[in-house]
Amino acid sequence: MNTEAIPLLRVRGLSHSYGAQVGCLDVGFDLWPGEVLGVVGESGSGKTTLLGCLSGRLTPRAGSVWFTTRAGRAVDIPRLGEAGRRRLLRTDWGIVHQNPRDGLRMRVTAGANVSERLMAMGERHYGRLRDTALTWLTSVEIDGDRLDDLPDTFSGGMQQRLQIARNLVTRPRLVLMDEPTSGLDVSVQARLLDLLRGLVGDLGLAAIVVTRDLAVTRLLAHRLLVMRRGEVVESGLTDQVLDDPQHPYTQLLVSSVLPP
Amino acid sequence: MNGYNFAYLDEQTKRMIRRALLKAVAIPGHQVPFGSREMPLPYGWGTGGIQVTASVIGAADVLKVIDQGADDTTNAVSIRRFFETTTGVRTTTRTAAATIIQTRHRIPEAPLVEGQIVVFQVPIPEPLRWLEPRESETRTMHALEEYGVMHVRLYEDIVRHGRVATGYDYPVLVNGRYLMRPSPIPKFDNPKLDHCPALLLFGAGREKRIYAVPPYTPVRSLDFEDHPFTIERWSQVCALCGSAESFLDEIIVDDKGGRMFVCSDTDYCLARRR
Repeated sequence: MNTEAIPLLRVRGLSHSYGAQVGCLDVGFDLWPGEVLGVVGESGSGKTTLLGCLSGRLTPRAGSVWFTTRAGRAVDIPRLGEAGRRRLLRTDWGIVHQNPRDGLRMRVTAGANVSERLMAMGERHYGRLRDTALTWLTSVEIDGDRLDDLPDTFSGGMQQRLQIARNLVTRPRLVLMDEPTSGLDVSVQARLLDLLRGLVGDLGLAAIVVTRDLAVTRLLAHRLLVMRRGEVVESGLTDQVLDDPQHPYTQLLVSSVLPP
Repeated sequence: MNGYNFAYLDEQTKRMIRRALLKAVAIPGHQVPFGSREMPLPYGWGTGGIQVTASVIGAADVLKVIDQGADDTTNAVSIRRFFETTTGVRTTTRTAAATIIQTRHRIPEAPLVEGQIVVFQVPIPEPLRWLEPRESETRTMHALEEYGVMHVRLYEDIVRHGRVATGYDYPVLVNGRYLMRPSPIPKFDNPKLDHCPALLLFGAGREKRIYAVPPYTPVRSLDFEDHPFTIERWSQVCALCGSAESFLDEIIVDDKGGRMFVCSDTDYCLARRR
């Protein structure tokens, strides 16, 4: 963890609503470089709204999201403006969608999918692009032979790994993941989690993982936010929250999972 | 011609189009929306080009109209006749003698000079169209200069064909800022756009967009460092005039596989044979 006392992301009083319907209410937390934060809660608890507000896809009604850029400057995401936000999304941030089809270009090859962000940042050397794409495919355990294949011909797990490679190629410092494993069967989930854990450790990524699956957070997250009806009802170290839940809702959530 | 204004369009419409043209010239390569009118010509036959020409033409102008490089094909003949009837201006087939050249699919071989205006007929103005279907999104991409996806297309071309296989309507970057479709000219003509002394105007009637490249503006064809932009070359020379420099059309001359290569620019070819 970083010794400097500047969090990568500082969220304060974040609220969003859809008319009278509360999306999220007064959410606040700090995320430090290299830290993985899990956000759990049943469906409808405001997890995806929170992620939308963090990534700038939604403009929150109130609150601030301060992100520390590579240059060490703090920017407020909701007030950054579209140009700056999109630049961040291409470079310093990664977003892994639940459905890989939302995050991939299905009609271009795996290599082009991985290289797109580099080209957007101005890389104009075909040979170097291919070398980089190949390296990244290998590091997400996709066979190098598949470089020129369309993602349509990939299995669901491979598509999800390709999506991760596509995001990590610019070495972002923050990755937002929305239910990254929920569409996959259990054995594939396990491999993906292993891979994610390795990558997060190797690259020193900070990540926010939104999920309904407590087992995923147990494996991946250092800290946990438990959400219910848009509010954070409990937060703390993952093991602490899962092994000794304080809030009645968390207790219910934890006890509703069958013991392994 | 009785009952019609000079150059068919009414003066208010011409003013509107000229305003769009001024804006287009001020922001090279940027697509400016305009209120495209119904013309006595089907969409896809040059309704955009014909409106631009009608808005800039004056009684002293000399007009040349070409279609695929030729002065004598249907599209060229009918548009030239349209302006002869509605304006009475002089027309020519000689590139050097023309002040306005309306063109479809080619730029003349003879060098363009200061004071000339070339009007291009554009079917699809948006270079990002087949990559991003949403118009609101493509506009944002232009505004924020997010053109990485165009290189994704070139990358895919090289993966599939070993080279950039796009042969016409090859994307260019105008003045280091806006990505632009040069209309369906062969990529052979792309280098002629760069620092061209003539004013280049582009009109898309169905899509209701106008854009422009002012004289002496840098226009760069997109490429990769290790796959640089190249133009077509032929192993033959023109069968009629012997030119080795011009863009050649392949013409089937019988049903036994006979073929010949001739200049696509008829005026250039004729001048060399004279």
